[in-house]
Amino acid sequence: MNVKERERLLRQMIRIRRFEERCVELYSDSKIRGFMHLYIGEEAVAAGVLPALGPGDAVVSTYREHGHALALGIPMEAVLAEMYGRTNGCSRGRGGSMHLFDAGRRFYGGNAIVGGGLPLAVGLALADAMQGKALVTACLFGDGAVAEGEFHECLNLAALWRLPVLFCCENNFYAMGTALRRAQAQTDLALRASSYGMPAWPVDGMDPVAVTEATERAVESIRGGAGPCFLELRTYRFRAHSMYDAERYRAKSEVEEWRQRDPIPRLTESMRNDGELDDAALAAIESEVEEELAAAIAAAEAGAPEPVEGLTRFVYAERRP
Amino acid sequence: MTTTYRQALREALREALAKDERVFLMGEDVGAYGGCFGVSLGLLEEFGPERVLDTPMSESAFVGAGIGAALGGMRPIVEIMTVNFSLLALDQIMNNAATLRHMSGGQLGVPLVIRMTTGAGRQLAAQHSHSLEGWYAHIPGLRVVAPATLADARGMLWTALLDPDPVLLFEHGALYNVSGELEPDAGPVDIDTAAIRRPGRDATLVAYGGTVRTALEAAGRLAADGIDAEVIDLRTLRPLDVETVLASVRRTHRLVVVDEGWRTGSLSAEISARAAEFALYDLDAPVERVCTEEVPIPYAKQLEDAALPRADDVVAAVRRAVS
Ligand SMILES: Cc1ncc(C[n+]2csc(CCOP(=O)(O)OP(=O)(O)O)c2C)c(N)n1
Ligand SMILES: [Mg+2]
Repeated sequence: MNVKERERLLRQMIRIRRFEERCVELYSDSKIRGFMHLYIGEEAVAAGVLPALGPGDAVVSTYREHGHALALGIPMEAVLAEMYGRTNGCSRGRGGSMHLFDAGRRFYGGNAIVGGGLPLAVGLALADAMQGKALVTACLFGDGAVAEGEFHECLNLAALWRLPVLFCCENNFYAMGTALRRAQAQTDLALRASSYGMPAWPVDGMDPVAVTEATERAVESIRGGAGPCFLELRTYRFRAHSMYDAERYRAKSEVEEWRQRDPIPRLTESMRNDGELDDAALAAIESEVEEELAAAIAAAEAGAPEPVEGLTRFVYAERRP
Repeated sequence: MTTTYRQALREALREALAKDERVFLMGEDVGAYGGCFGVSLGLLEEFGPERVLDTPMSESAFVGAGIGAALGGMRPIVEIMTVNFSLLALDQIMNNAATLRHMSGGQLGVPLVIRMTTGAGRQLAAQHSHSLEGWYAHIPGLRVVAPATLADARGMLWTALLDPDPVLLFEHGALYNVSGELEPDAGPVDIDTAAIRRPGRDATLVAYGGTVRTALEAAGRLAADGIDAEVIDLRTLRPLDVETVLASVRRTHRLVVVDEGWRTGSLSAEISARAAEFALYDLDAPVERVCTEEVPIPYAKQLEDAALPRADDVVAAVRRAVS
């Protein structure tokens, strides 16, 4: 991978990380409310997967989707304004952190029902296939979804009908406080997926270069008409499941071990060693991200709250034939 | 033209598949088998496997796929064998179909039709006979319709497909074999209003789906005794056309609701509450309700019959109201 591409990955990961670090502060200030699930530690997945999709490809995501939304190109201010519940939010204040949407970019949400997005992805892929469009639908979900019936129904259906779905399992080894090994008899998730008759393989989800390459390979196969693919992206969340929890379900030493693999310092170091990045370049990335963040916060602060008079809007279409 | 409820539904499907290439039918055994109640018989042969898709027994996956395909620009018709099985797809219906427009701030819509069989009367016992459409009628974001007549069986589907929001269409299982006359040029009908199936002066009978026949039978018997009952077919269960009901109550001053759902927390409760809220002073008698007994539907014929709203019960209720 060339310097430019590696720099792009680094920049994207830093952007997502700094955004969420600021979200923590805004949450403490009560600017953001509700459930907020941080992606900190997992940025290599979003930075690798989303940009490897092509124009017009669709994305279905989960409640832990700030990184996905940002990496897909939804403006930071639209994401933040949504978390503020403002009119300029990407779901007009109806969704919040867990339900970011962007129809124009084919980002079909932030789904907060574990496993609930998989059937939508299968259907979107079915619609594209029926209309003869060579598009891919990427569906991101956690290891927890593997325990749901919808996961199995959907992998089978997508494989049976050879639909263009890229299943991206973000395996961070925990579903809230339940370790994967306490929920699944067979913890090799790629193996599970391959039993449905689709190519499936594990990927180092702490390495954005590996994620990019895996996604490109999978997307190429899917676009070529070979049917769905499954990537098990092995990653780790550094923080609590939601904003706060006591983290009694895992050892501090385990978290510390994974932090050693933090994708941001890892790529930074590797680029430095290869002479691809110096202090000035890194500082430039940081200050550009800081500028974008400041502008996003200003836009969210300036956004009008959605008017209460419009409370019952968007339940049914405003125009019917 | 003599036809049946089943044939009328099939004609509607055929019309939709022929008129709009975005329309496709998907569900368990809708193709090779012809539909578990024979509604889609012959459509696979006529339209091919790209338009009539047999799915695995994965209600959540294929209902959700219908939602996704609707988001993706298609106009899917999803068949679920019976309302009892729709519970395996409830997550997709409630958490996705009904919410996506709102959660996305109006960016997305789900133009999808989900058809399913409802109701008892065929000795199918407690996992194939329930009337759960009232549950679905509870949910903002959905439209719920229940064709009770041949014309509605023929005409509701197309209008539902044109609607930008998800429509659940409940076919009463005991009606499939009902035959009658249908205009040869019968076509799309509205899905917004209730219909007066029999005008009358003395009492308002409100029914929908399978109970419309029960109410009409009761009204016929009452007429022999000089009691003139009006029968209203709700047709659409969400949003309710309350005005038609209230206007009738203001004329007849008596209300009897016939509902194959259980009484507690039912559509009949909703209609009664609306009457209490908006027409209390027009009522000359307490609202009467004839509903299914609060038991899972039993198998044995005499037990099933006793559990369901019967014309006798409706006649008795109207007599109490007018006495
Ligand atoms: C159907 C369902 N059951 C339970 C929950 C509550 N819940 C929210 S997140 C979560 C854990 C999900 O873990 P995973 O899929 O691995 O995703 P992660 O949070 O690790 O990203 C649970 C149990 C839910 N949202 N949906
Ligand atoms: Mg997890």
